[in-house]
Amino acid sequence: MMLTVENTNAWLLSFADKLIENKEYLTDLDTAIGDGDHGNNMARGAKMIKDKLNSQDFSSVQDIFKAVAMALLSSVGGAAGPLYGSAFMGMAKQVATDDNSVDAVIKAGLESVQKRGKAVPGEKTMVDVWVPAVKALEEGKLSKDAIWEAVKSTKDMKATKGRASYLGDRSIGHIDPGATSSGYFFETLLDSNILD
Amino acid sequence: MKKIINNPADVWEEMLRGLSFTHSDLVERLGETGVIYRKYEGKGKVGLVSGGGSGHEPSHAGFVGKGMLSAAVCGEVFTSPTPDQVFEAIKKADQGAGVLLIIKNYTGDVMNFEMAMEMAEMEDIKVEKVIVNDDIAVEDSTYTAGRRGVAGTVLVHKILGAAAEAGFSLEEIKALGEKVIDNIKTVGVAISPATVPAVGKPGFELADDEMEYGIGIHGEPGYRREKIKSSKEIAEELVSRLKEELNWKKGDRYGVFVNGLGGTPLMELYIFMNDVQEILSKEGLVFDYKKVASYMTSIEMAGLSLTLIKLEDEKWVEYLNQPVETAAWV
Repeated sequence: MMLTVENTNAWLLSFADKLIENKEYLTDLDTAIGDGDHGNNMARGAKMIKDKLNSQDFSSVQDIFKAVAMALLSSVGGAAGPLYGSAFMGMAKQVATDDNSVDAVIKAGLESVQKRGKAVPGEKTMVDVWVPAVKALEEGKLSKDAIWEAVKSTKDMKATKGRASYLGDRSIGHIDPGATSSGYFFETLLDSNILD
Repeated sequence: MKKIINNPADVWEEMLRGLSFTHSDLVERLGETGVIYRKYEGKGKVGLVSGGGSGHEPSHAGFVGKGMLSAAVCGEVFTSPTPDQVFEAIKKADQGAGVLLIIKNYTGDVMNFEMAMEMAEMEDIKVEKVIVNDDIAVEDSTYTAGRRGVAGTVLVHKILGAAAEAGFSLEEIKALGEKVIDNIKTVGVAISPATVPAVGKPGFELADDEMEYGIGIHGEPGYRREKIKSSKEIAEELVSRLKEELNWKKGDRYGVFVNGLGGTPLMELYIFMNDVQEILSKEGLVFDYKKVASYMTSIEMAGLSLTLIKLEDEKWVEYLNQPVETAAWV
């Protein structure tokens, strides 16, 4: 369970591809309860990630995370830019410490997201995927089923953070777009064999 | 989607090019960023920076110039600009007396502007912020992201812009801004939706004979949908909502601002203003300031918003009337 330059690079490239492939789906989810920009914003960020990762050789995982953080911060905008950017910043800091296991690194990412966005579980945000995913990682039990179950759990939640909160009860019945893009983040982590 | 554009992905870039070409006497675009800054430097004066997603033109770049904003940061359509660009705007706006950020209350805007503030503080630039939340259509509670910033933001630009030009300190401008924001309330109505070019379809649907009260400037849901009413009836509804918030009494001094959302002609805005003034005159309010304009739009959304500002200090009227050199404020 170690992050290397090679496997981290491969993971984040496939995360970027996943975001681009699902641009319209993310937009549809966001049109229902937000302002319809999540698909385009994340796809723009994903393209930037690919440009950065494909155009240079990185000597450390930290450098990769930093580059991805800056790519997202400078291109995504909206709320997702600072949130995902903060996540990768937090991960970049953690991976340079002695405690650089995958679960510790992802957990540091979660802490940065929560510090920036101040969301707790149950508010229909990306945190509703990150919290159970971090827990599953720590227990060595992260699976696709667990990830997508967490994504789907946001459907029955009432949004109390972000733009969807203006809908109140009408936000219930829709899957959260930020939770979904986070689903791709963890799904591609699993597919990358980093956890094997 | 029927729009006079080229590739939807190029909307932001091409709009910025056209804007900076047209208003090259007043403003300049910073490199390839979405930052529009004024040519007038205002040495030694507090800089004002605002911004947000594009699609609300002339907000905010149209209010950059002497007497209003020092710089505006234009994000993609309906998408907050990124922290690095806000930071560039702060650096441009800093003329030695610090910079005040005027942020509309949206989760993304607040986060991106706050990250930029942290970056600026690391470079020892004095930065403060005020957050505008004038839209009374949504409840201000811990269960929402709070009230949104809408058309009242432009009045905040105007009043604080005059104060900055008059040489107020950063602390004084921030305090004034908070006081002004407390006294500005807005509520709107939409009769047809807006289409974000990159999305290609309307952000919500309204039947031909329907309207919705309280819709946000990005198409966020409002508080009630019903069959379309007359201007007079709409004015009565919006005024009664505002009265619940402002609790005015006879003789109170107010400014009134009727703002078009982009797809409603000036003709209708004047008709609506006429209805508003009749109702408010019966309430015994004194109008020290009046404005009808499409300043905070939502692309081609048809509809309008009504903003009332309680003029607690007669200086505010002076600030609102002070001439400026910008592309959009007349």
